[in-house]
Amino acid sequence: MARISLEHIRHAYSPRAQAAGDYALKEVHHDWEDGGAYALLGPSGCGKTTLLNIISGLLQPSDGRILFDGRDVTQLSTEERNIAQVFQFPVVYDTMTVFDNLAFPLRNRKVPEAEVEKRVNEILEMTDLAGMAKRRAQRLTADQKQKISLGRGLVRANVNAILFDEPLTVIDPHMKWVLRSQLKRLHRQSRFTMVYVTHDQTEALTFADKVVVMHDGQIVQIGTPAELFERPSHTFVGYFIGSPGMNFMPVAVEGKTARVGDQTITLDNAPALAGQGRIELGIRPEFIKLGREGMPVSVNKVEDIGRQKIVRATFCGQPLSIVLGEDDEIPTDAKVSFEKHAIGIFADSWRVKNQTAGQEG
Amino acid sequence: MEKTWNNKAWFLVLPVLVLVAFSAVIPLMTVVNYSVQDTFGNNEFFWAGTDWFTEILTSPRFWDALWRNLIFSAVILAIEVPLGILIALNMPKHGPGVPVCLVLMALPLLIPWNVVGTIWQVFGRVDIGLLGYFLNSLGISYNYTQNPAHAWATVIVMDVWHWTSLVVLLCYAGLVSIPDAYYQAARIDGASRWSVFRHIQLPKMKRVLLIAVLLRFMDSFMIYTEPFVVTGGGPGNSTTFLSIDLVKMAIGQFDLGPAAAMSIIYFLIILLLSWVFYTVMTQSDAEQN
Repeated sequence: MARISLEHIRHAYSPRAQAAGDYALKEVHHDWEDGGAYALLGPSGCGKTTLLNIISGLLQPSDGRILFDGRDVTQLSTEERNIAQVFQFPVVYDTMTVFDNLAFPLRNRKVPEAEVEKRVNEILEMTDLAGMAKRRAQRLTADQKQKISLGRGLVRANVNAILFDEPLTVIDPHMKWVLRSQLKRLHRQSRFTMVYVTHDQTEALTFADKVVVMHDGQIVQIGTPAELFERPSHTFVGYFIGSPGMNFMPVAVEGKTARVGDQTITLDNAPALAGQGRIELGIRPEFIKLGREGMPVSVNKVEDIGRQKIVRATFCGQPLSIVLGEDDEIPTDAKVSFEKHAIGIFADSWRVKNQTAGQEG
Repeated sequence: MEKTWNNKAWFLVLPVLVLVAFSAVIPLMTVVNYSVQDTFGNNEFFWAGTDWFTEILTSPRFWDALWRNLIFSAVILAIEVPLGILIALNMPKHGPGVPVCLVLMALPLLIPWNVVGTIWQVFGRVDIGLLGYFLNSLGISYNYTQNPAHAWATVIVMDVWHWTSLVVLLCYAGLVSIPDAYYQAARIDGASRWSVFRHIQLPKMKRVLLIAVLLRFMDSFMIYTEPFVVTGGGPGNSTTFLSIDLVKMAIGQFDLGPAAAMSIIYFLIILLLSWVFYTVMTQSDAEQN
């Protein structure tokens, strides 16, 4: 177990990279606390897997250093870093039995056979594979194979960190649930540092203590699930987390007042704008009240998704989503009001701090 | 589901049936016909029964050629298969080296067989051949036309040069189909180079290796052109393999009956051995499941 520090890591797949756009991973400077459960969340192609492979040593970063507990491991091989990693698609050794597959990482490291037996049996129990320990791995189903891959990642007792690269993609939904809670339990017992890459926000939010949101080769926000929801620091986080995503609309800000179209919204605090380009106001659909008071809005469509209703409306020419409870009324002449604490002002996609408090607001 | 029977389907396979009949079945039947008769020309035939078969199976000449051929095939497989795997493992998987290697590997396969024979025939000559002259000037007395061991070595080296590429290309095709994740997982699991070969690469190459072994066995067991051009079966009978012997018998001596009987025996041996290879190799696959 170790604290993993990434110091000014950048990576380009082409050795001739010059412009920032050539980098698959723009500068990442971040510490992963010892024993933390992190999720790396972002869409396909945002650099999640690149970052993961740099941590495990499968890739050498173009620039920067990686430290484990303060020791520079940038030049060390995967094996010397003592990292476990589980990949998106199942990797099993066809010629071996399920048991031997799980024992493989231990036997390669000359772990005594009694210890191997004990560890493997624990993992077999956990992954629900105990009944097929003696079977060849070749003819198993995709999700059984992936459970073996997962098991091989978890079997070693002394790893510095366990990295998961979208490990549950091929597992069926019910089993996904079970395995995810088992991973969570395992994390609480073992306190391994775990990094879990996914593009599924539910998976990220349920697994991790801290979620790292990546977009276009850089980390845009690191926070608890609640922080990501309530105070997204980038418009991308607003869109990506939550369903439906955050509403954004162009706005003109003067002191404590924000102007959207012909409507004026008073803010709690004045945002500290410094003449940036595109200014937007962001508000989550959950923090908009629909009633008879407030600003005029025209309702286009109501989607009933069971416990909630999603209202698709137009506000000052901008699309607006609103989430209501299942029993909430939608008046004919509907008006909206925004909960002030939930309003965020974004300049060129990044959240703007408040002038007075000096904190994010 | 109910199966639809429709005899019109036979028309669809008719062209192939006709082709196979002319190219294989009819010639084979003609050979069977010859093998049970005796002829002295003038298209006169006399019933000979199984006499020719008995004669072939009791002749030391046939058994000597068969043993030579079996030893030759065994040596060829023992050299070409491991060597082919070794070369395939060391070929680059990405980058500009790939097409260069592939072309180099394909080159010997593109040369007509008699040309391969001629190349080596000249190459090994003591007076003007690069290899023969060079070896002799080093003090090694090498002469494939006089020394049976030298003739064997030349024929084997020639076959290795000619056909190892086939094994390489087949194995390479198997190797490049292995996803990177397997190698990455093996590195994470701390697998040694040997473990990676034994548990990842070899299992993935198994199917193509089966094809490679079968093709190399059948081809080497039927080898004719190259040794015929280089050594002509000599010195003495030392490199007279089954096919060379067969041609000598049929065309050199015009013993059509014995030659036909030998062809059939030869055909059955190849069929039997190929079946044995195939069964053994697919059986071990089936046992694992």
